[in-house]
Amino acid sequence: MRRSRFPLVVTALVMAFFYLPILILVANSFNPARYSSRWQGVSLVWYRRLFESPEVWQALKITLVIAVSVTAVSVVLGTAAAYALHRYGSSRLQRVHYTLIYQPLVVPEILMGISLLMAFVAAGVPLGLLTIFLAHVTFCVSFVAMTVLARLQDFDFSVIEAARDLGASPWQSTRKVLIPLLMPGIVAGALLAFTLSIDDFVITFFVAGPGSTTLPLRIYSMIKYGAPPMINALSTLLLLVTFAAVLASQRLSRSKR
Amino acid sequence: MGSDPIIKRQEWLVSLPTLVWLTLFVVVPTLLVFVIAFRPANPYGGIGAGWTLENVRSLWTPGTLAIAWRTLWISLLTTAISLVLAVPTGYTIARAPERWRNRLLMLVVVPFWTSFLVRVFAWKSLLHPEGLIKKLLEAAGLVGPETTLLYNPAAVVLVMVYTFLPFTILPIYATAERFDFRLVEAARDLGARPFQAFRRVFLPGIRRGILIAVLVVFIPSLGSYIIPDLVGGPGGEMIGNKIAQRVFTDRNLPQAAALSAVLVLAVLAPLVGVLVLQRKSRKAGIVMGESP
Repeated sequence: MRRSRFPLVVTALVMAFFYLPILILVANSFNPARYSSRWQGVSLVWYRRLFESPEVWQALKITLVIAVSVTAVSVVLGTAAAYALHRYGSSRLQRVHYTLIYQPLVVPEILMGISLLMAFVAAGVPLGLLTIFLAHVTFCVSFVAMTVLARLQDFDFSVIEAARDLGASPWQSTRKVLIPLLMPGIVAGALLAFTLSIDDFVITFFVAGPGSTTLPLRIYSMIKYGAPPMINALSTLLLLVTFAAVLASQRLSRSKR
Repeated sequence: MGSDPIIKRQEWLVSLPTLVWLTLFVVVPTLLVFVIAFRPANPYGGIGAGWTLENVRSLWTPGTLAIAWRTLWISLLTTAISLVLAVPTGYTIARAPERWRNRLLMLVVVPFWTSFLVRVFAWKSLLHPEGLIKKLLEAAGLVGPETTLLYNPAAVVLVMVYTFLPFTILPIYATAERFDFRLVEAARDLGARPFQAFRRVFLPGIRRGILIAVLVVFIPSLGSYIIPDLVGGPGGEMIGNKIAQRVFTDRNLPQAAALSAVLVLAVLAPLVGVLVLQRKSRKAGIVMGESP
């Protein structure tokens, strides 16, 4: 029986739709012309401008400081949460726990941003690096927990019991058996948290204060107020970094113990 | 095992950090939105003393209602277009030979690894009066030099579809992959035309995927902020933009809270709807997603 060609055509168009804007953006980062419709040869002028811009470097530094600390904290919290969800999954407490962890994955970012802003204002916490850090950990924990939970799904707890039977203390069996076996999931979760923190705009926008302009905030104001093609160059570099990070995380979460 | 006090204590010990964190930074802030919506603003951009219904009342103005209505139709249109594109794509991927399936899936997933701002920016520069799409359309004689592609609701829908389409394709693919395509062939053998077989057999068979796809597009669409802000212009504003305006331009947190409270309820409505629907169909003995 002949199948209709229609779905195939739609799929091809969808793929073109996905990739053309990104490809044109990358191509334009090498185009010295100000507008994408005129091609004036290949040049690295926007990359040079980018590297000479002190604001971009400052923003990058802030972004990395936040991302590293957010990753460290959310990995610890997220891994513990995933362990609790898996180990005691059926209890009422864990059902509440799961709903809480799921929340940041469903709620639109702007609601998380505005509600955190209200909370910080009500509690009198000055907006800045600290508030960005707290906000980022809040959504990263959920993503880390889900990633580690997926890894735990095919974890055999009899290994832990065997370690305990052989005389390991609870702490020893956790540190020497559980954590090494979970490592690929933990690293994948860490990379995810790191990329999410680096990339977040909406939530950061609401809880940022003076002197805490992260890279996405900087990019946003570049886009919003007179878009210099420097953003093309910056975006291309960002694409490279995210691809590398996500590829690494995929590799790790896929590799079997 | 829940009754063993030692295990119970261990459970609490491991769960407590995230429980406390998420209570402090998710539950309490969300409740605060509903509280602050009933507080007056003070002139310094903070929250005043006492209680008022003024913020809630100010929601019922033609301007706000128009924006709420626009938010709703832009989100519905985005969801509809995404579905129309995602169903054939999910179908194609599910029917592709095994080794092609993963490659096609990767192709769908890769664009949403890229920075969200970067993707919106890519579209902004394409639609720009000096951008590639505008110049191509002009050269083809389809639009005049005065037409603006940017800063209107259509641009918002276009970029939103671009952003949410991968999230729509994945759940549809996931259910289509488990769908028994022999059912479609049986329908064809029994004389159904291809479209009939698709509509009466395939679509009901993947309805769980469609339901998830609708939720993952519709809910974030309602809360869109960056896309209308960067490509929508004043004619493409959505609730998200109004919330940001109240916070950053008017410095009126209570009014922003009232708008956010409406958005929270709007987001909850479809979620609760789906839960009720699922419970009902479970009672009727039909498990969602299984072909009848």
